[in-house]
Amino acid sequence: MSPAVVLDSLGPLIGALRASGHTVVGPVARDGVIRLTELVPGPDDGPTAGRADEQAPGSYRLRDDGRGLVFGHAAGPDSIKRWTHPPRSELFRMRGGVVERTPVEAPKVALLGVRACDLAALAVQDRVFLGGRHPDEAYRARREALFLVAVNCAVPGGTCFCASLGTGPRVTSGHDVVLTELTGPHRFLAEPGGERGAALLAGLPSRPATAADLEAAREVSERAARRMGRRVDPDGVKERLAARRDSPVWDEIGSRCLTCANCTMVCPTCFCVTVEDGTGLADGTAVRTERWDSCFALEFTELGGAPVRSSGGARYRQWLSHKFSTWADQFGTLGCVGCGRCVTWCPAGIDLTEELERLR
Amino acid sequence: MTPDPIQDMVPEPYRVRARRPDRGEAVTLTLEPAGGGAAPPFRPGQFTMIYAPGVGEIPVSISGRARHGGYLQTVRDVGAVSHALCRAGRGDVVGVRGPFGTSWDLAAAEGMDVIVAAGGLGLAPLRPVIRGLLAARARYRRIAVLVGARDPGGLIYPREPARWARHCDVRLTVDRPDRTWSGHTGLVTTLLDTVGLAPERTYAYVCGPEVMMRATAGELLRRGVPAGRIALSLERNMKCGIGRCGHCQLGPLFTCLDGPVLSYAEVAALLEVSEL
Ligand SMILES: Cc1cc2nc3c(=O)[nH]c(=O)nc-3n(C[C@H](O)[C@H](O)[C@H](O)COP(=O)(O)OP(=O)(O)OC[C@H]3O[C@@H](n4cnc5c(N)ncnc54)[C@H](O)[C@@H]3O)c2cc1C
Ligand code: SF4
Ligand code: SF4
Ligand code: FES
Repeated sequence: MSPAVVLDSLGPLIGALRASGHTVVGPVARDGVIRLTELVPGPDDGPTAGRADEQAPGSYRLRDDGRGLVFGHAAGPDSIKRWTHPPRSELFRMRGGVVERTPVEAPKVALLGVRACDLAALAVQDRVFLGGRHPDEAYRARREALFLVAVNCAVPGGTCFCASLGTGPRVTSGHDVVLTELTGPHRFLAEPGGERGAALLAGLPSRPATAADLEAAREVSERAARRMGRRVDPDGVKERLAARRDSPVWDEIGSRCLTCANCTMVCPTCFCVTVEDGTGLADGTAVRTERWDSCFALEFTELGGAPVRSSGGARYRQWLSHKFSTWADQFGTLGCVGCGRCVTWCPAGIDLTEELERLR
Repeated sequence: MTPDPIQDMVPEPYRVRARRPDRGEAVTLTLEPAGGGAAPPFRPGQFTMIYAPGVGEIPVSISGRARHGGYLQTVRDVGAVSHALCRAGRGDVVGVRGPFGTSWDLAAAEGMDVIVAAGGLGLAPLRPVIRGLLAARARYRRIAVLVGARDPGGLIYPREPARWARHCDVRLTVDRPDRTWSGHTGLVTTLLDTVGLAPERTYAYVCGPEVMMRATAGELLRRGVPAGRIALSLERNMKCGIGRCGHCQLGPLFTCLDGPVLSYAEVAALLEVSEL
């Protein structure tokens, strides 16, 4: 018998996650955007229903979906990175010649509604933070504190291309539970990804999934795969970009790129950081903090008074070549999972799928 | 598992045991673990990240081991962090992480003629190379140490060349001589033809500003030294030293992990791309 079950609503699932000590975070419409936000018990508890998104290069709009779906939208600007690799984290304090390591904060968080691309990005992060010569134990602790309730995308965004990279839209690994939202009647197929997920589902009011439920879920993913807004051909892209370092296309892109760093902030795999130092006025304690940085920042390559990559074209080349070429040299995988966030959130509407075609 | 404190982003406290002003606005510090004991082993060419409390942290090469087991590190005062480190006094505590990075391969040059070419502060990471070569002098054929600086005041470790010269050929040169200077004038590359090089059996260790390294490597190549026997130490912006901040990337390389010491064969094509 399939371990899959059908849930009529998400309330009991959220309740059970809270009962096991998790803060539950899910998709909530806020300021015109679907953000991953802490769900708070009360009248507005639970993810926002009935909102669909329209995503295009440089554009994101929410509208009523007319169907009341909870997951009738694609990925918003937030990704799992925010929890595994937070935007800021204090490293240590130093006073009177003594270094005090700042304890790692690794709260138990259940993320509700993460996508196949997000799980693929988490697997990429695992290679970056844990697979190298210097495993990051803070990352490990935060990652192990996560409970991942994924969702199979039903309505991919206009900037999505996970299907062409083989990273989605169907969730196949890395999750504790995966949901598929079904209609007629409105219900959720819930499948465990491992023992933790199975234990959670066993405690919820549910009924066994029928063959028809499973078939309906399969159709959701198949339809989603056909409705991808964009595609990238990963074949040979690594070698091709390495051979295009002198292409005039980079400067042309550089003439449109604002070097605002939005793309790197929303990207679920970008990991670059810098450090900030401060001294407490009261007692002279020195504090060191790590925060997200971007290869688009001019100071990023500052050396001997001048940046190595001063032009926007060189910085875009670094970013795109890292994603699709040198990342593979460094970590044995592409650095892009096809979530489309960088395309949507680029104020200049620069679309990497198009640029990759031009760099052929 | 608790993280290895040497390997992650949190430094160990080190005490300044000695501070010696050097030439060229540089200061050579002797740093030893504040908790006692010797600093961890290092290989020539490796660097540490030195943290000036509340100011910042910078990569600095290890120039040698001090008598009591600490590191000798020469810092030139160019900006906020290096300035704070240059002002550190005896007994002050700084943070140290490392050593990190690849090293100069001294065994690779055994049985060969050796050129050590340093420009300015590039002599700092090459100092342990010179000492290593001279400690095993019999294993090498000719050894030529070529040191260049912008002006006579930029020649660091002023007392050492005379000592090295007892065991090998040492040549100094400056771009801009002053009244005290009676020696050679011009770029380090102009010294190459003065040392009787046998290109087919030469190994070169080169460190200095990138333009100096590219020019030197180019001249050596032109004379027939294979690119695989020219070792350089690259400088890039570094915030971590352990491959996680992303700042030091040069194409596929993390300069902090795959470098700083790399063979010219590995990097020539990358260094030719502007703004890579
Ligand atoms: C692997 C490696 C090994 C190094 N070894 C040494 C060493 O042994 N000794 C040493 O002194 N330095 C060494 N450096 C360089 C050193 O890390 C930089 O000088 C330092 O980061 C400058 O930081 P700062 O905060 O003092 O200056 P910043 O505040 O970063 O810079 C302030 C200003 O100083 C000037 N400046 C900065 N860096 C340089 C530079 N490298 N050359 C000339 N001007 C500069 C610029 O005008 C700049 O605007 C090494 C670097 C690397 C990557
Ligand atoms: S590069 Fe763009 S599409 Fe690829 S994972 Fe990052 S944000 Fe998503
Ligand atoms: S590509 Fe777009 S989002 Fe990225 S830095 Fe340039 S303008 Fe900003
Ligand atoms: S210095 Fe941070 S990645 Fe190399």
